[in-house]
Amino acid sequence: MADATRLIEVPQAGRLDVEIRQTRPVPLNARFSCAPGELLALVGPSGSGKTTVLRSIAGLVPTIDGHVVSGERVWFDAAKGVNVRPQDRHIGLVFQDYALFPHLSALDNVRIAMRGRPEPQASEEARALIASVNLQGLENRRPDQLSGGQRQRVALARALAGEPRVLLLDEPFSAVDQQTRDRLKRELAKLRLRLEIPIILVTHDIEEALALADRISVLYHGATLETGTPEAIRLTPSSPAVARLMGQTNLFPGVLDLPASEAAPGRLAWAGGTLEIARTGPFRAGDKVMWLAASDHVVLHRRDRSSLGERENPVHGRVTEFAVLGEQSLVTLQIEANSERPMALNFKVATHAARRNGIAVGEDVAVSLLASGLHLMPRET
Amino acid sequence: MDWTAFTLSLKLAAWTCAVLLPLGIVIARALAWSSFKGKSIVEALVMLPLVLPPTVLGYYLLVGLAPGSVAGQAFGFVTGETLVFSFAGIVFASLIVNLPFAIQPMQRAFEAIPMHVREAAWVSGLSSWQTFLRIELPLAWPGLVSAFALVFAHTLGEFGVILMIGGNIPGETQTLSIAIYDRMQAFRNAEAGVMALVLLVFSFFGIAIVHLMTRRRSGRHG
Repeated sequence: MADATRLIEVPQAGRLDVEIRQTRPVPLNARFSCAPGELLALVGPSGSGKTTVLRSIAGLVPTIDGHVVSGERVWFDAAKGVNVRPQDRHIGLVFQDYALFPHLSALDNVRIAMRGRPEPQASEEARALIASVNLQGLENRRPDQLSGGQRQRVALARALAGEPRVLLLDEPFSAVDQQTRDRLKRELAKLRLRLEIPIILVTHDIEEALALADRISVLYHGATLETGTPEAIRLTPSSPAVARLMGQTNLFPGVLDLPASEAAPGRLAWAGGTLEIARTGPFRAGDKVMWLAASDHVVLHRRDRSSLGERENPVHGRVTEFAVLGEQSLVTLQIEANSERPMALNFKVATHAARRNGIAVGEDVAVSLLASGLHLMPRET
Repeated sequence: MDWTAFTLSLKLAAWTCAVLLPLGIVIARALAWSSFKGKSIVEALVMLPLVLPPTVLGYYLLVGLAPGSVAGQAFGFVTGETLVFSFAGIVFASLIVNLPFAIQPMQRAFEAIPMHVREAAWVSGLSSWQTFLRIELPLAWPGLVSAFALVFAHTLGEFGVILMIGGNIPGETQTLSIAIYDRMQAFRNAEAGVMALVLLVFSFFGIAIVHLMTRRRSGRHG
């Protein structure tokens, strides 16, 4: 029954549906949708076509094939020959470099985007928007008299001025320093709760996407690999490629074995031992798989005394790298394997825990790979 | 002071600016933002009058606009007059000669407007025409004023081409610079001196305006 309802997906009012296909000039095969009030992050490495997809939605680049639909309104449909001008799409777009009008004050930058609302209403609303992005008192400054963070806020206010049906953000935090970035992110997280339109955020920063997005769409070489919640994309990606793009490093090949046990339905031979796996997904005994042990599911054993959980997939290794990143530290373990290729396992621990356990390069350390956290994927062909 | 020549020069400069500024905006925008086949050739053609000897240009214009030529016949058919040795002829010549002085600063000014800024205008709901009036024109303004000042001053000073195509007819084609030459030939040095001074002052202010505008523009973006 669940499948039947998914088949007759009725487009909601204001929902953005995007499908873009082309081979030139940039090969694209992207498809995703974004519900009103939802923030979808378009993630991928530089050159993966994220910005081109965003510009296609705005109608700023010619699109060859596919469709862009906002609620009932068709903005682009290759089959029907529909291609609405950028002016008539009612889109709010924050450019990476903000693209403010340099000769206009902050207020006029917003007011000019009011889409012909009469005065004094336009001025009042523009002032309200300026206030809503915390720029009261700076209305008469020109962009060159504003800081990077203030410019971004003007750009955001301008993007919201025309009562947009979609808000598009192209790397909106890349041009400001870390402190400003954190503050702007918090402001956006607050502001978006009041917006009942789809929001698309383009970013190459995975942490940013994980922190802000309701769902993440992973783009690679112009193609959508997977779309899902941040947790699903990070912990249970559909393919090793997605896992790597999300920064996962603990990816290993293996062959699945299925014992007749309810507690641990799957088993993998690895590093001279056996790993128990709680979820085997669609895989069957003898399937060649890639498996992922996300850092979250690698648990450091206390070295002073043993505890119960240590019986769960214990793995021994020698620390080859130990990097303090701040509150967290990154540990690289060289696993004692009898295979010809040495295997490295990366995980994060709280820095104080690492210190207490005397973790340092050259030390022998034991960890548990939690059976419930090990995720199986098809092996790449 | 030859006021007839002076007003003729001003009239010629006014006509040249009036025709060339709108035309130049259209050409400069196209050269700044669109890429098309043969764009380099068009750019080279626009710049050609800058390096061509005025006599060479004058020669070709004279041949091309002669009453027997296609352009000359067409003009004669419409107006009943000739292009050579007439005011209309020197306006036409002046337009050609001033093409690079009008296009160059305007093209640079339009090129300096980031593509994103125009796109932001479109996305904000501004039509192409509104974008031109409210975004492009104010941003390119210093370049347009530069072009105006250059064309105006240069037209006042143009000599070779005007002489070739217009000759030296008082009240019709004898501009200030030609009048100076005319007086010098007649050993009326004092009269020539006054007119030379007038041209000097005009040219100085023309260049000063260009300089000022260029500095203001780079200051704003810097």
